[in-house]
Parts: sequence; C-alpha cells; structure tokens
Amino acid sequence: MAEINMDLKRNIMPTQSPEERAKNFSEVALGYSEEVAISEANRCLNCKTMPCVSGCPVKIRIPEFISEIKEGNFEKAYQIISESSSLPAVCGRVCPQENQCEAKCVRGIKGESVGIGRLERFVADYHNTFSENEPKKTQSNGKKVAIIGSGPSGLTCAGDLAKKGYQVTVFEALHTAGGVLIYGIPEFRLPKKIVAKEVETLKKLGVKIETNVVIGKTLTVDELFDMGYKAVFVGSGAGLPNFMGIPGETLNGVYSANEFLTRSNLMKAYKENPQTPIMKGGKIAVVGGGNVAMDAARTALRLGAEKVYIIYRRSMEELPARHEEVEHAMEEGIDFKLLCNPVEILGYNNPDDIRDSRNNFVKGIKCVKMELGEPDERGRRRPVEIPHSEFEIAVDTVIMSIGTSPNPLIKSTTNGLEVNSRGGIIVNEDGLTSKEGVYAGGDAVTGAATVISAMGSGKTAAKAIDEYLR
Amino acid sequence: MYRISDKKELNPSVVELDIEAPLVANKAKPGQFIILRVDEEGERVPFTVAGVNKENGTVKIIYQIVGATTKKLSMKEKGDYIADFVGPLGVATKIDGLKKVCIVGGGVGCAIAMPIAKALFEMGAEVTSIIGFRNKDLVILEEEFDKCSKNLFIMTDDGTYGEKGNVTMPLKKLLEEGEKFDEIITIGPLIMMKFVTQTARPFGVPVTVSMNPIMIDGTGMCGGCRLTLNIDGKKVTKFACVDGPDFDGYQVDFDEAMSRGRMYGEFERHAYEESCNLFKKGE
Repeated sequence: MAEINMDLKRNIMPTQSPEERAKNFSEVALGYSEEVAISEANRCLNCKTMPCVSGCPVKIRIPEFISEIKEGNFEKAYQIISESSSLPAVCGRVCPQENQCEAKCVRGIKGESVGIGRLERFVADYHNTFSENEPKKTQSNGKKVAIIGSGPSGLTCAGDLAKKGYQVTVFEALHTAGGVLIYGIPEFRLPKKIVAKEVETLKKLGVKIETNVVIGKTLTVDELFDMGYKAVFVGSGAGLPNFMGIPGETLNGVYSANEFLTRSNLMKAYKENPQTPIMKGGKIAVVGGGNVAMDAARTALRLGAEKVYIIYRRSMEELPARHEEVEHAMEEGIDFKLLCNPVEILGYNNPDDIRDSRNNFVKGIKCVKMELGEPDERGRRRPVEIPHSEFEIAVDTVIMSIGTSPNPLIKSTTNGLEVNSRGGIIVNEDGLTSKEGVYAGGDAVTGAATVISAMGSGKTAAKAIDEYLR
Repeated sequence: MYRISDKKELNPSVVELDIEAPLVANKAKPGQFIILRVDEEGERVPFTVAGVNKENGTVKIIYQIVGATTKKLSMKEKGDYIADFVGPLGVATKIDGLKKVCIVGGGVGCAIAMPIAKALFEMGAEVTSIIGFRNKDLVILEEEFDKCSKNLFIMTDDGTYGEKGNVTMPLKKLLEEGEKFDEIITIGPLIMMKFVTQTARPFGVPVTVSMNPIMIDGTGMCGGCRLTLNIDGKKVTKFACVDGPDFDGYQVDFDEAMSRGRMYGEFERHAYEESCNLFKKGE
C-alpha cells in the first residue's frame, strides 16, 4: 500500500484561466489526472468511523471507493459509488461537498479535507471514458412505477427502483430528459453530454423515458394508477419563478433566472445563429445571491456582456451560493453589489415618439443601500434599508434570481394530495404524501434546494416504494 | 416524433395541420394550447388547439406563416414528422352555463374561436359570431362559423368581402340595439381584443380574451409569459401558460402585453429573412 500523503493541502483542481473561460461555455474545472487522483486518494486516512459517509445524503461508501483509487482500480471505485448514486459524474461536479462529506473529513481539522468531490468526478469520468461494462439489467418483477419529472430526484428514484427489478417509466414535460440538470445548470459547470450519458445508463437499466408528457395535463396521477402503475413518485421541481413585486418587472429585458438559463441551456441560445432568441451583450444585473444567480451571471458574461453585476441585499458572508461558484464568478470579473436592494427597474420612454423601438426596454435599475440588523428566525441578520440611499445603475437586462414557488399543476389535478402553506407537497420521512402510493421529493417538496438533497429524497422514496410494493 | 396526418392550405398564408398525438387529442378542450418544435434545433412555439379527433388521435392546429418557425413548419407535408408536440396546456375556456354568447375573432385567431363557437352551439347556446380579416383572400372558416352561429358577421379591412370595417362596428351596433350577451369571447390580435373590450365596457358585458404571449416551457417554469392584471386597483402578475390563456379582458394590461410581444421583433425579422433565403437556396 502506498504511503499516506500528509500534505495539508489538497491537490489543486486544474481550471481554464478566468480570462479564457469567461469567453467560452466549456467546462471551467478540467478534472484530476490519474496520478493526481491517486495522490489525493492517498490523503484519505480510511477512518473506521467513516465521518464522511454520515455527511452524504445518498450514503456513498466513500473510504471504500477512495481505497480502490489508491490501488489504481478506478472502475472498481466507480462500481462502489454507483451502488449508492445514480448520477456520479453529476454529483462530482455540482454537490456542495464542502458542506457535506468534506465538512466531516478528519483531514479538514488541520488542513484541507480530502477532495472527495473531485475524486468522485475523476472516477465517474474515467468510467464514462474507458468502461465498456454495460450496466446489468435486473430481472423484472413485473411491477410498474411512474416517476414524474426527470430531474435529479426522479432519475435517482428511477435508477434505484430499476436496479430492484421494477418497470420504471419517467414522464418528462420538456423535450429533453434531465430537468434542472439540462435547463438550469449551465454547460460550463455541467456539460450536457454528461447528463445525457447518465440518462443513457438509466435506459440501459431498463428505465423508460417519455418526454413531452405533462402530468396534470396530458395525464393525471389518478390516471397513472388506472394505467397499472402501482406507485408514483412526484419529482416535478420547483416551478414558478418569484418576482419582487417592484415597478418595472414586466419591462422588456427583465427575465427570471429560469427563463434566461432555459433559453441559453435547453434552447441553446448560446450557440451561433440560435433559433431561440436571448438578450445578450450590454450591461446586465442579476438580482439574488444563490447558485442560480451565479449561473445566470456567468452565463450572461459568456454570452458577451460587457459588464455583469450581482445585486444582493445581504453581505458576502450571507451569500447562499457555493463558495467555489462565488470565487469563480469574482475571478471572471462579475461585480458584486452587496448590501443593495432593487426598488425599481427603469425603462426607456420616449414621450415624443411612441414608436421608438427602445421604448419599454430596460435602461437601469434603482437600488437602495442596506445594512444588517437583528438576526431573523433562521439566525441570518436581517437586511434593513438605509434611508435616502437610492442610487441607479445603468443596465440593459435584469435577471431576477430570487427563488421559485412550487408548481400548482400536479396538486390541482390530484385528489387527496396535501400541500403546505408555501405550496410544497407534504411528505413523511419516507417521502410518502397524503395519498396512498404517491411519494414525492426534491424541490416539489422543499422549494428550491440542491441537486444532492433532491437525489437523497429520490433515494429515500425508492426504498419506501420498494417496501410498499414488495 | 409526431406525424402530420393531414395538411390543408386555408388561404395563401394560413395552414391547417392534423398531427397524430393521441394523448393530447384525448384531453384537449377548446381554449387550450400545445407547444411544438419542428425539429431538433427548433424553438418551442405555442399554438392554440383548433380541434381534435379522438378516434384518429389527432390534434388540429391552424397557423399563419409569420416567422422562421412557421415558415419551416409550412415546408412539412402530409406524412412528415415534427420533433415534439406537448399538451394540452393552459386552462380550457369556461363555457358552462352560457346561453347567449358573442364570439369575436380576428384573422388566424378565428381558428381558435371556431372550436369555442362550436362547443357553445353543441351545448345549445345561441352564438353570434363576428369574424374579421384584412381582405377576401385571408377569410377562413366561414362555413364552419356559419354552421354554429345564429348570426354571422364577416368584416374585412378593405371591404373586398363581407362588410368593410373592423369587428367592433357590428359589436357596438348589436350592443346599442340592446342585445344582451352573457359574455363576449374574443380571440385575435392584442389590439383588436383591447378595442373589443373597450367597446363592451359601457354595456357591462363580461369579456374573455385569449392571450398568446411568448413562452418557452408552457408549464409554469420560465415566467416569460407573465402579464399584468389590474384587479380592484391592484397590479397582479399572472402566467398565461398556467393561469390562462383566457383572462378577464377588463383586467388585462394590453399595452404592456403588446410591448412585451415586440421584445424579439428584430431577432424574428432577421430569422425570418434568413429562413426565407435558406429555402430559396434549397429550391
């Protein structure tokens, strides 16, 4: 066995330079080489108590897969991960590992934790590049399960159930499978071919994917039971974008982050001569401080914006986005306007010519300065307006990235499905809803959250569905 | 892939397609819409359902060739396939309990108004239809409207067919003569729906308008189709894809909707010219 690498720092992840990557949609992080992966794996102490596993929502057997990397058995390492995760190449890229597995790593007490996410990504990419092992189809048990939505929760639930022999059909409203992994997370953070590959793997496990089916419209949950499905998992995602309710939000040039990202990602508006238009170039303000806001800002930059602002009402410390994303955004030159809150979006208006083509297009955003006051119920210090501190920033486009509210389509068409005051589907600890045989997870339950927590809920529900139908 | 089972040209710029989509055909009701993509690179475009045939599992759409996508769609023939077809989306037009209704359709909007007129007729309501077009060559669905209407008024801008003038003229006359409609349902260009609403306002007749803003997913995810309603002096944001496409005409901010409809005007003109050039090269 190789010696433990006692370097306090983890191996650096090679990335495209900020100057280079700000102009293209290729992936920012380039991934470890075999040598670097082994060196990083050798930093793992293989703790008997496995604190890292306790931090993982899908309970990947982390020390075991890392031990295989140490020996150069990359494919074996992949097999260990894939027993717990249906989407290793995705998780290795977008999980907030720093708050999960890596936060519990013993090496992090003095120095940096093992780069678990980077190793997971390395192993998954190795498998996707070199492996000729076809996933093994499990003997069918003849029981049909319907999954609504092909995002991270749905795909995870589908994969786990297919491995147990269920006949799984995933219904997707859009024309491409992947949910937020396709329409939301941009190419430079999660290449679409990686999502497509993970979906292909599920198909090889026997999962059927039906695109262009909107449950609640094309079919209802009750009809799925009539069609012979014995259980249904609802992973329909967060849905309706929130707006602030300030003047000017319907001006031309104001997007929700969902719309802006969908135009660029799903509809490929970032390509040359796209068939779907997007407003690009000029100065752009993104309102919000989450991962989605970072994605929107960095996408706008790559689409050719001359200047991109993030407008966030709290300070750097409270920014909810992943640290790495914020760091990348700053390196790329995104201008953070912190402790600022928009009060109005200003539109162009030529009173002398109602036909002026610039009329009703955005020309700026008016903000007020904020300061942090008393902590709120979640312990975050509440931002308070500083009187008479209004100022304007000249921009051409505003992207609202302040969260979403659950989509009402399924709730309003399913008898006996209870939701909470915010519209989220109510579930118990197994993911079971108020309706027999109907389970739910992901953003449809929690409101906007992370890919991995959605996957965790898909996994929990798959286990419960198996127990229910067995 | 979805097969085009039939294609008809209703006039030189308006095409009727029947598309095989059994699940959609099984559910679609008048007033709902579908979203399609012509091919793998295509944009998602909404079209209101113009009819269904449940036995054949087909959905009818009628569209005007106005931009790059409709131009591309018009090149598809019977037996060809389109990439995607999803629906039915939106809320069906509410017609329950209506006994006497005035349908006001403009241009290709008549294609959407017609199934509503038909559904009203079939449930025993008295239907007055006012349909307007730019000129004689663009008149569509006259026979179909005639079948289900007690009174039919055809208007053209240039007077080459029916009466010369716009749809608000006969509407105003009828209302002034004391016709008591339970509701006016109007579908067509935004400017027309705005003026139909204004015409009806003094008479206090409820007006339902069918909005057709730019949208992407059509399921309440992107928010691109938002519009503003003025409800009791308060501005309320609604999403046409899940809350509509039908709204109370008196509440809709038409000027804002018209302005939003022009957001990609320049892009669309450019794309249309490109596509025309492309097709010319192919010929």
